[in-house]
Amino acid sequence: MAGLLTPLTTWRGRITALLLVLLGLLPWYAPWLDAAGIISQKFALTLMTRVLILAIAAVSLNLILGYGGMVSFGHAVYIGLGGYTVGIMAHHGVQDGFLQFPLAIGLSALLALAIGALSLRTRGVYFIMLTLAFAQLLYYVGVGLEAYGGDDGLTINRRSDFAGLLPTRGLDKIVAFYIVSFVVLVLVLWLVHRLVNARFGMALRGTKSNETRMQALGFATFHYRLAAFVIAGAICGLAGALLANHTEFISPAMMHWTRSGDLIVMVVLGGMGSLFGPLYGAIAFLLLEEFLPSLLRLVLTWLHGGISAVLGGAAIGTLDAWLRLAEYWQIALGTIMILVVLYARGGIDSLFGRPRHG
Amino acid sequence: MKRGLLASAALLGLLSAPAWGQQSIKIGFISTYSGPQASIGQDMRRSVELAVEHLGGKMAGKPIEVIYEDDQFKPEVGKQKSEKLVQQDKVNFVGGYIWSNVLLASLKTVTDDGDTILISSNAGPSQIAGELCSPNYFSTSWQNDQTPSAMGQFVQDKGIKKVYLISANYAAGKDMLAGFKRTFKGEIVGEDLTKWPDQLDFSAEMSKIRAAKPDAVFTFFPGAHGVQFLSQYAQTGLKGTIPLYTAFVIDALSLPQLKDLALGVPGAQSWVNDLPNEQNKKFVADFKKKHGVYPSFYGAQSYDTIMLIASAVEALKGDLSSKDKLRAELKKANFKSLRGDFKFNNNHFPIQNFYIQDTVKDADGNYTLKTVGVAMKDAKDAYGDKCKMK
Amino acid sequence: MTLLIEQTLNGIQLGLLMFLLAAGLTLVFGIMDLVNLAHGSLYMFGAYFCASFTAWTDSFVIGALLALPAALLLGVIVEVVVARKLYRRDHLDHVLATFGLILIANDLVRLVWGPDGRRIPLPAWLNQPIYLTPDLPYPTYRFAVIVVGAAVALFLYWLVTRTRTGMWIRAGASNRTMIGALGINVELLFTLVFGLGAVLAALAGLMAAPIVTVSIGMGDNILILAFVIIVIGGIGSIKGAFIAAMIVGMIDTLGRALLPDLLKTFLSVAAANTAAPALSSMMIYLLMAGVLVWRSTGLFGARG
Repeated sequence: MAGLLTPLTTWRGRITALLLVLLGLLPWYAPWLDAAGIISQKFALTLMTRVLILAIAAVSLNLILGYGGMVSFGHAVYIGLGGYTVGIMAHHGVQDGFLQFPLAIGLSALLALAIGALSLRTRGVYFIMLTLAFAQLLYYVGVGLEAYGGDDGLTINRRSDFAGLLPTRGLDKIVAFYIVSFVVLVLVLWLVHRLVNARFGMALRGTKSNETRMQALGFATFHYRLAAFVIAGAICGLAGALLANHTEFISPAMMHWTRSGDLIVMVVLGGMGSLFGPLYGAIAFLLLEEFLPSLLRLVLTWLHGGISAVLGGAAIGTLDAWLRLAEYWQIALGTIMILVVLYARGGIDSLFGRPRHG
Repeated sequence: MKRGLLASAALLGLLSAPAWGQQSIKIGFISTYSGPQASIGQDMRRSVELAVEHLGGKMAGKPIEVIYEDDQFKPEVGKQKSEKLVQQDKVNFVGGYIWSNVLLASLKTVTDDGDTILISSNAGPSQIAGELCSPNYFSTSWQNDQTPSAMGQFVQDKGIKKVYLISANYAAGKDMLAGFKRTFKGEIVGEDLTKWPDQLDFSAEMSKIRAAKPDAVFTFFPGAHGVQFLSQYAQTGLKGTIPLYTAFVIDALSLPQLKDLALGVPGAQSWVNDLPNEQNKKFVADFKKKHGVYPSFYGAQSYDTIMLIASAVEALKGDLSSKDKLRAELKKANFKSLRGDFKFNNNHFPIQNFYIQDTVKDADGNYTLKTVGVAMKDAKDAYGDKCKMK
Repeated sequence: MTLLIEQTLNGIQLGLLMFLLAAGLTLVFGIMDLVNLAHGSLYMFGAYFCASFTAWTDSFVIGALLALPAALLLGVIVEVVVARKLYRRDHLDHVLATFGLILIANDLVRLVWGPDGRRIPLPAWLNQPIYLTPDLPYPTYRFAVIVVGAAVALFLYWLVTRTRTGMWIRAGASNRTMIGALGINVELLFTLVFGLGAVLAALAGLMAAPIVTVSIGMGDNILILAFVIIVIGGIGSIKGAFIAAMIVGMIDTLGRALLPDLLKTFLSVAAANTAAPALSSMMIYLLMAGVLVWRSTGLFGARG
């Protein structure tokens, strides 16, 4: 477990460690944030649970995308399959998490095996589009599942039951589920860390940079890539099962291609092929989505105050008119994304110092 | 990242700094303010703003604070925004919701919280009218089936025998066809469900309609899609050959684009801009004065949402501490609705009239809608029996 | 039988429209190796420009003719400010940056044109059906789309195979370093190609506009379809894009037209009504999956 972190002597290691500590201890200091009027305890935990779960999905995508160079544009399909497994079982009265979760993971692995076996024979953009195609097929299957709500989706009335260990009501439910998600994320990070630093990971990274050489060295590169693809699918299915429990709702929208796009954005934004990159990316992307409008309103209020103090209030229009501009916050988000690509190569992770693989 | 986290936490603190406490009536309002369907959200928002203005910004002497959140036309985003409104902003009411799937995704978040009342201003999926009904849920719109049922009745009464159905392939689209079939007893000569929301071209379906030779076509396409369908219907030469009957295609938002294409195409609705009650005249006139365009039924239902809340808050003199009392007051629907008085069914959906509307030109040459008949009087939705509430 | 002829025409028309969008995409992708997700935004801008110019001049034809240079200008600006900096990056950087461009484009349109969509009214002579046979009317405008689409396809064929510029383009598509070595002003060529792509996208957008109406985000979903087409055809191949677009147009139209009846021959009516829309949505993805599993670089693709 210790090998997971870079040495605390580097900035990079310190920041990562601090981030994990901050995330891990959130349930304990959230009441304090609430009391200080910063953010309500429930909302902080609900929001961050979502971030953690999507971070798990992003970490799984990073295994194939960052380390294996396989750009899957249909990764959200496993979130959908994991979610639907939990949702459909719950719909038929099977609440046992010890049945739901292994099945969700197993089915996702099987699906990944099928998709991978067919897609991995192609390269580059053909691979991207083929993974997209399979995800779209499953998406339309979801839309067509009228027994389970079709396009409307399905409400999950009871969450997965783990032998009654998890509280089912109120704040306790939220806190417990946050802790579960955090522990799963750490375990997944550890697993990926072990994988990429094992012989398996070396081979996988080797196929990314020079597949022919790896083949010449006697590696069955196709099998390595397929294995990574299946593991990533299984982990993402786990994230889907968690997400269904978190939102208590499933719908085909979970596996829409834009969700797969979001996952890619998280990985690239955070830093590809870095263990913690996807976590940074998920946090940055989801929190920006959530708070950028408020942030812009704040900036606009300051600007308006400042400029009207200099030029006189009448000259520049009302504050209300200015605040309406915050509705166009996606312009700001888009600009940030372009700037990150152009000037922060390697994503957020690269801002913390020398990139380290694994 | 730590710095980022702290900074955003500090900013959040600043943002929530104005400590309203329990002094204001807080209403969250979820709708679509971006993307191709943003005009619906804009109309709803304008109507809510007008309602607040008409109330003088106060309910029972307390200031009204409305927080608008954009669902981006996506169920999961709608759900997150609902979480924010309930858990972070701690609103007393959440209103809005155009789309059934967004509403269904958000339902539990709001109604299971115990402190928040959800009032749908538009979406009315059958599940919520039936088995998912909740004491914390009210509707100032309709159940999805009702409007097409009214249209089906109208078509049936006209003595039309053969109808072709075409709708969008998602849950509400299927509800619409089911609703039409409930009251129309003639022959269905063809039925098409088109890809939603990204089908751009209806040429294949148009050709099928022509070949099927129906006496009439019934269609449901909300927002921008309705405009596409009607344009193509005219370009293909079907308009004027086969009469078209619609639900949620022609409204104040699509009319400025449809213009003459909408002439002679009836629609059904529980509210029309010319309903002759005082509050409606005032609403339509003030809206038109402020924005230069007619309000749509989306807006009227949103206005009613705010007025329903106001009636309950006034009756309780601003004391919302007892949720039981609040629910009881809301249940009375004791307010001046823009569609005239209505009662709530046991599942908290309105029992109301449905009208047939036609497109006309007003005195200034703008296209608008006119009531031409009542299709159903005091109509109850068909799912109340499945709801356990009394 | 007349129905089948009519549906075939529908398929050709849809295919040609898709080809216009896909041609620009495959050129930019093939020559600069740029994955441009914002191609759909150029399609949208073309439609909005046309809507504004049409309202301004009261003529759809003039509006359309004015929209094209406007789109060219926009394309050149995008190329110089953003796209140019991306050529040497990998595909993922392209995806992220051009996804950012989509977000900006959609909100910018909302800021400038407002959230309401636009319908472009057609002149009377385009807005009525013509009768191919006494019992087969067909919308004149869709004929116009077929004619313009076919003309542009021929022009592109001529441009790529018969002109010097076309030679460079072909050289660029198969070997990028070589054209630099030939002493060609690569930067200018790239700007030109990007601008041409923008014009083609805008042309597709403004031609689709009277049929589908103009709205925010109108290019986002159709973009995926365009990618499907260029991948089926093989990246960088105009010929491939043309053939794939025609196949996709046909399959999509005929699928929607015939599938329900076909399914009813061995399924119950209710089951067929459920399965047909789902299956017809899946058809083109099944087609793409089938083609790529069979040939890993599309029908006419040179490299991956």
